[in-house]
Amino acid sequence: MITLTIDKKKVEVEKGTTILKAARKVGIEIPTLCHFELCDMGIENKPGGCRICVVEVEGRRNLAPSCMTQAEEGMVIKTHNIRVLNARTTVLKLIISDHPFDCLVCAKSGQCELQHLATQFGIRSLPYEGEQSHYRKDTSPSIIRDVDKCIMCRRCEMMCNEVQTVGALSAVNRGFMSVVAPAFEMNLEDSPCTYCGQCVSVCPTGALTEVDHTNDIIRALTDPTKTVVVQTAPAVRAALGEEFGLEPGTLVTGKMVAALRELGFDYVFDTDFSADLTIMEEGTELLQRIRGHLAGDPDVRLPILTSCCPGWVNFFEHNFPDLLDVPSTAKSPQQMFGAIAKSYFADKIGVKRKEMIVVSIMPCLAKKYECQRDEFKVDGNPDVDFSISTRELAAFIKKANIDFLNLPEEDFDDPLGESTGAGVIFGNTGGVIEAACRTAYELHTGKKLERVAFTELRGMEGIRSATVDFDGLPLNIGIAHGLGNARKLLDDVRSGQSVYHAIEIMACPGGCIGGGGQPYHHGNSEILSRRAAAIYSEDERKSIRKSHENPSIIRLYEEYLGEPGSHKAHSLLHTEYFPKTNGVTVHLQS
Amino acid sequence: MSQYKMHVLVCAGTGCHSSESNLVYEMLRDEVERKGLGREVQIISTGCFGFCEKGPIVKILPDNTFYTQVKPSDAREIVDEHVIKGRSVHRLLYTDPETMEHVLDSKHMGFYKKQLRIALRNCGTIDPENIDESIARNAYQALGRVLTEYSPQDTIEIIKRSGLRGRGGAGFPTGLKWEIAGRNEADQKYVVCNADEGDPGAFMDRSILEGDPHSVLEAMAICGYCIGATKGLVYIRAEYPLAIRRLKTAIAQARDYGLLGENILGTSFSFDVSMKYGAGAFVCGEETALIHSMEGKRGEPSNKPPFPAQSGYLGKPTNVNNVETLANVPVIILKGADWFSAIGTEKSKGTKVFALAGKINNVGLIEVPMGITLREIIYEIGGGIKNGKKFKAVQTGGPSGGCLTEEHLDTPIDYESLTAAGSMMGSGGMIVLDEDDCMVSVAKFFLGFTVEESCGKCAPCRIGNKRLHETLTKITEGKGTQEDIEKLRNLGSVIKDTSLCGLGQTSPNPVLSTLDNFMDEYLEHVHEKKCRSGQCRSLLYYVISADDCIGCMACKRVCPTHAISGEKKEVHVINQEICIKCGACMEKCQFDAISLLNDYPRVAVAINN
Amino acid sequence: MNQMTGIKTLADLKKKQEEVRARINLRDKAENPESLVQVKVAMATCGIASGAKEVMEFFVEELDKRSIDAVVTQTGCMGYCFAEPTVEITLPGREPVVFGYVNPAKADEIIECYIKDGELVDGIIPQNYDTI
Repeated sequence: MITLTIDKKKVEVEKGTTILKAARKVGIEIPTLCHFELCDMGIENKPGGCRICVVEVEGRRNLAPSCMTQAEEGMVIKTHNIRVLNARTTVLKLIISDHPFDCLVCAKSGQCELQHLATQFGIRSLPYEGEQSHYRKDTSPSIIRDVDKCIMCRRCEMMCNEVQTVGALSAVNRGFMSVVAPAFEMNLEDSPCTYCGQCVSVCPTGALTEVDHTNDIIRALTDPTKTVVVQTAPAVRAALGEEFGLEPGTLVTGKMVAALRELGFDYVFDTDFSADLTIMEEGTELLQRIRGHLAGDPDVRLPILTSCCPGWVNFFEHNFPDLLDVPSTAKSPQQMFGAIAKSYFADKIGVKRKEMIVVSIMPCLAKKYECQRDEFKVDGNPDVDFSISTRELAAFIKKANIDFLNLPEEDFDDPLGESTGAGVIFGNTGGVIEAACRTAYELHTGKKLERVAFTELRGMEGIRSATVDFDGLPLNIGIAHGLGNARKLLDDVRSGQSVYHAIEIMACPGGCIGGGGQPYHHGNSEILSRRAAAIYSEDERKSIRKSHENPSIIRLYEEYLGEPGSHKAHSLLHTEYFPKTNGVTVHLQS
Repeated sequence: MSQYKMHVLVCAGTGCHSSESNLVYEMLRDEVERKGLGREVQIISTGCFGFCEKGPIVKILPDNTFYTQVKPSDAREIVDEHVIKGRSVHRLLYTDPETMEHVLDSKHMGFYKKQLRIALRNCGTIDPENIDESIARNAYQALGRVLTEYSPQDTIEIIKRSGLRGRGGAGFPTGLKWEIAGRNEADQKYVVCNADEGDPGAFMDRSILEGDPHSVLEAMAICGYCIGATKGLVYIRAEYPLAIRRLKTAIAQARDYGLLGENILGTSFSFDVSMKYGAGAFVCGEETALIHSMEGKRGEPSNKPPFPAQSGYLGKPTNVNNVETLANVPVIILKGADWFSAIGTEKSKGTKVFALAGKINNVGLIEVPMGITLREIIYEIGGGIKNGKKFKAVQTGGPSGGCLTEEHLDTPIDYESLTAAGSMMGSGGMIVLDEDDCMVSVAKFFLGFTVEESCGKCAPCRIGNKRLHETLTKITEGKGTQEDIEKLRNLGSVIKDTSLCGLGQTSPNPVLSTLDNFMDEYLEHVHEKKCRSGQCRSLLYYVISADDCIGCMACKRVCPTHAISGEKKEVHVINQEICIKCGACMEKCQFDAISLLNDYPRVAVAINN
Repeated sequence: MNQMTGIKTLADLKKKQEEVRARINLRDKAENPESLVQVKVAMATCGIASGAKEVMEFFVEELDKRSIDAVVTQTGCMGYCFAEPTVEITLPGREPVVFGYVNPAKADEIIECYIKDGELVDGIIPQNYDTI
C-alpha cells in the first residue's frame, strides 16, 4: 500500500492506482474529459490527451495528468491551486476555441461533456479566437460524423480498435488538423465500420451521432393513407426511463407502449415476439446441425453462430468472408418482425404492403443500416421502413410534450405483441443462447425443462463458456460480447480449434442493453448491470418463458408458416450473407 | 606492395554530395589513373568534414591541405599542380574572413582550431563504406574488450563514471539509462538507435551515420551486451537515403566479418541490427513516439511511466539512445571514463556537436568540449557575424530552444547553463541572428515549425501552439495589443506546464525567451507599429520624401485606395491608415521620392487626418 | 573490399587491424605531424628531372620498412635547383634541415645517420628562408 496526500488529505491506495482514483477515494473528483472507463468490462481510455485532469505534484517540474500518473509513496498533490486552475481553464478555453459554438442546435446538447465542463468552470469569455479546424461531414446509414466537433479524446478510436477490433476509426493528420477519421479520407460507409455505434455511445461531444429518422416517422404518422406499425426491442424498455429521470434499471414497458399509442402508432407490437420466432428458426437450425454432426454428416459445419446482431453480421462479412456459412441463416428479430408484419399481419388486417409502415425502436444503430439492406426489401419496399434508437424515441416523446412519467401502463397489441421471457432476455449478453437452449432442450429431449434459467450462461465477462447437458448430450456453448472478443472466438473457428457447438455473439459490450442507441451511460458501468438485471426480472415475471410455448407463435406456424424451417419460413425468415469487398481490411487480405 | 604516398579525401557527406562531390571524386580518380599515379595516390570518399558552407571539400594528406568549393573541373589542376608538382592550388584554399588570406592547411583554420572531435572522430578521415578503414581506426576494439574483459555491470559503471549524457536533447545520464533497462527482466530486449534527427538545420546524426556508421553499430552492440539485448534497431528517417545506404553497407560488412550476428568474437554474445524507417515527423524523435512509429502505429508520444526501459518496443524493455550519444561510447571504453570525464564541465562531460547556422561566416558542423563559451563558438570557430553585422541573438536547441543574447555570450555552455538561461541543449542546433533579424518574426518562425510538427495528441500543444502562432502573426501584422503580449506569456507557460511530451513542453521557449530578452521589440510592434529590423512587411510604410516630391500627382492617380493626398506641385502625403501597401505609387514615381521605411512621420499624418 | 574473412576472436580482430592499419597510416600521421619525422621532397620539374620521384619512393618505403614513424610529403621547388633532388627533414622539436643532391644512397645515409641518430651528414644546404 502507498500513502500519499491529496489536498491535505491522507490517502492509502494500492500500488498502481492513479492519482485520479486515489483522489476519488477521499471524495475529490478531479475533472476529466478524455478519460473514459467502463470498469466492470476492463475498458479504459486514458490517452492523456486533454490535460484537463492535471494536478500539481510537489517536486515535479510540470503538472501531471492525474488519470495516468500513478500514485507514489509520499506524494503531495494539489488539485486546485491557482497554477492548476489556471492551467485547466486555459486548456479548456483552448479546446473550446477549436470547437463550433453551435450548442443550441447540437444533437449532443445537454449530454455534452465539454458543455458540462464549460459550465463547471464557469467559462464566460474566450480570449483565444482564431482558426477552427474543419473536416468534411460524413453521413452513413447509421452514424453521422461531424468531425469539427472532435476534441481528439480518442474514446471512439479506443472503442473501435481495442474493444471492437474493427479498425474503422483512428487519428489522422497532424497537429491542429488532427482528427479521428477512417483511413485514406474514406467515408465511414466505405470503411470496415460495422455501425455498432459504440463510438457514438462514448463520444463526449456531438462529433459522432446517430442518423435521426424521427421526422420520417412523424411524416408517416400524419399520413392518413398509412398504417404505421411499431415494434420495440427488448433492451429499450430497460433503459428508456433513464431519459426521463428514472433510476437505471427501471422497466417502463407499459408506459412506453402508452407513449407510442399516444404518438399515434396504429399498432404497438413487440420485437420480443419475433425474438421468440427467431428461437423457433434458429433453435431448429441448431438442432438440425447438431444432429447432422452427430450423425457424421461431413457437410455440417459447427459451431453455429447466432445472427440476430446486425453489427456482428457486418463484422463477419468484413472480417471473416471465408466463414459466411457458419452463422445461422435466421434473420434478426427486427427483420423477422418486418417480414411477418408486411405479409401475415398485413393480410390479416387487409392492408397492402405499400400502405404499411413498419417502425422499429432499437437500442442499436446498426439496425438503421440493417433495415436498409437490399435483401430485406420486396420490390424496393423494405420490411422495416425506419429504425430509431432509444434516445431518438425519448426525444420524440419529449418533443410531443407527452408526460411520460404519468402515463398509464398499457399492453402491447395482438397478435404480434405477445411474447415470452425467452424473447425478453435477447437484450442481455447470453440471452439469445439461453432462450435457444430452453426451446432446443425440450425439442431435442422431448422432456420438460424444469430449470428454466441457465444462470451459467449469464454474466459480464467478455468471453464465457458453459456446457449445457441436453439429457446426456453435452453441448458446449460459447458467448462473446464486444467484437474484439468475438474475433477471438472466430479466429479459433477459422483455425479449426473451436470447441463449441454454438456461440452467441453480440457486438456491444453487455449485449443490446449496452447498444449504441441507448441512453448515454457516460462510463458508468453500473447502469449497464442494472439494465441487465431489469431484463432478467422481466423474464421472471413472465408466465411463459419458452419461445415455443408462445400461443401467437404457435398460431403463426399453424395459420401461415407451417413448420419451423419450412419452405415458407425459409423465404420469409432466413437470409444470406455477403462478403464485404470494401474497406481497408479486405484490401489488406487480398 | 603499394604504399600510397598521398591520400586525397573527398567529402561524400550529403551536403558536399549535393554539390557534385561524387563527380569530383570520379574526376580525381580518373585523372590520377590517367597520369599513372594510381599506385601512389589514393582517392577516398569520406564522411562529412563539417565545413559544409564551403563544400565540396577535398583534403590532401599528409600535408593537410584543405580545398573548398571544389568543382569537378578542378580535378585536373589539383592533380597537375598539387599531386605532381607539390604546389597548392591557391584559389581553392580557404580564405580567412578576417585576414582575407589563404590558409594552407586545416590545422591553421579557425574553424578547426577549437574543435575536439570525439563523436566525429572518423568523419572525414575514413571511407565509411569500407569496414577495414574503420577497423584500422579501432572499430570493434571496444566491443572486443568489453566482451572479453568486462561484465555488463563493469561496462555500465564505466559509462556512468564517464558522465556521458544523452545528446538527443534531454541529457539523461546514459549509464543510468542502461542500468535501468538492464535491471528489467524479459525474454527479449531491444537497443534502439534514434536516428530520427528532426531539428531543422541539425545534421550531426546524419553525418555520423554517413561518415562513421561502425561506431554506432559497435556502441549498439556494447549496449546490447550491457542490458541483455540481442536485437538492435536503427530508427532512421527515410529522407536520409545516403545515411541509410552507408548503414546498410556497414551492417552487411559487419555481419560478413562476424562482428554482428551469432557468437560475436567467439563469445556467447549475439547481436544483430536491423533498420526501421520513419516518415520524418519531428515528434518521432521523442522516444515513446519513436517506438509507436516503429510498431506501425501513429507516431505520437505516450505518458511516461511506463518508460521504454520498462515497456518499449513490442512491450519489451527497450533502451533508446541517440546517434551522437552512441558514437561516444566506443572511445570511452577504449580511453577510459577518466579521460572522458576530464573533458567538459562539472555536470556535462565530453563534447557536443553543434550545427552552426544563420548569420555566421563558417556555417557547418562543429564538435566542441562542453564548457566552451558561445563567444568562442560564434567568433572563433564560426568566424564571426556575416558581412560585419552586429550580433543580436543565438537560438540554441533547435526550434523549441530559446534565444540567448549578448549577455549570455561568455557563459560556459552545458545542459544546465543553457536551461537556466531559458534555452536548452536540444540536439545541438545553433542559429545565429544579427541586427537584421526581427525577434518577433523569429519566434513566429519557430512556432510555425512546432505547429506543423505537433502530433495533435494533447490539447495544449495541438491548439495552444496554434494560438501562440496566431497571436504572434497578429503582432507582426501590426494588429497586436498589450493584452496579446500578456496572453502569449500565460499561454506559453501553460503549454509548457501541461503538454504531454518534450515537444509541447519546450515549444513556447522561443516566445518566452524573446519576451524575456527582447520585450522592447514586442512593445515596438504593438504600440508603435514598428519593426526595427524591417522584417515585418505589414510594418513597412510607403513614405513620400518632402525633398524629392515635386507634386506631379502621378502617385495620387494610381493609388487604388485614395490614400495619397496633396495638391499639384505640392508635397504629397500617404495616409498610412488607408494604404494597402500595394507599391503602385513607388513604381509610378519618376523622381524616386517614395521609399519603403520601417517608420513614418506620425505627426504629419495626424495633421493630415 | 578485400576478401571477406570472418573475425572469430578478439585476436583475429587485432590481427585484422594490423593488416589494414597501413591503409590509413598516412591519415593518422597527418593528425599530428609535429611529433613525427617530416620529410619533404621537392617535386618541381627540376626535382623530378633529377630523380626526386625515386628518392621520394625510397623514403616512403624504407622509412616504413625500418619502422620509423614519419610523414613524407612532397613540396614545390624550394629554390635550390642547382642541388636537386633536395629534401627537407624536420625532426621533432628541431629546425628543418635541407639536404641537396639526394639519391637513394644518400637517402639511406640520411635515414641511418640523421633521422635515426641525429648526426648531421654531408650535403646540408644552408637555409635562407622560412617555411610556413
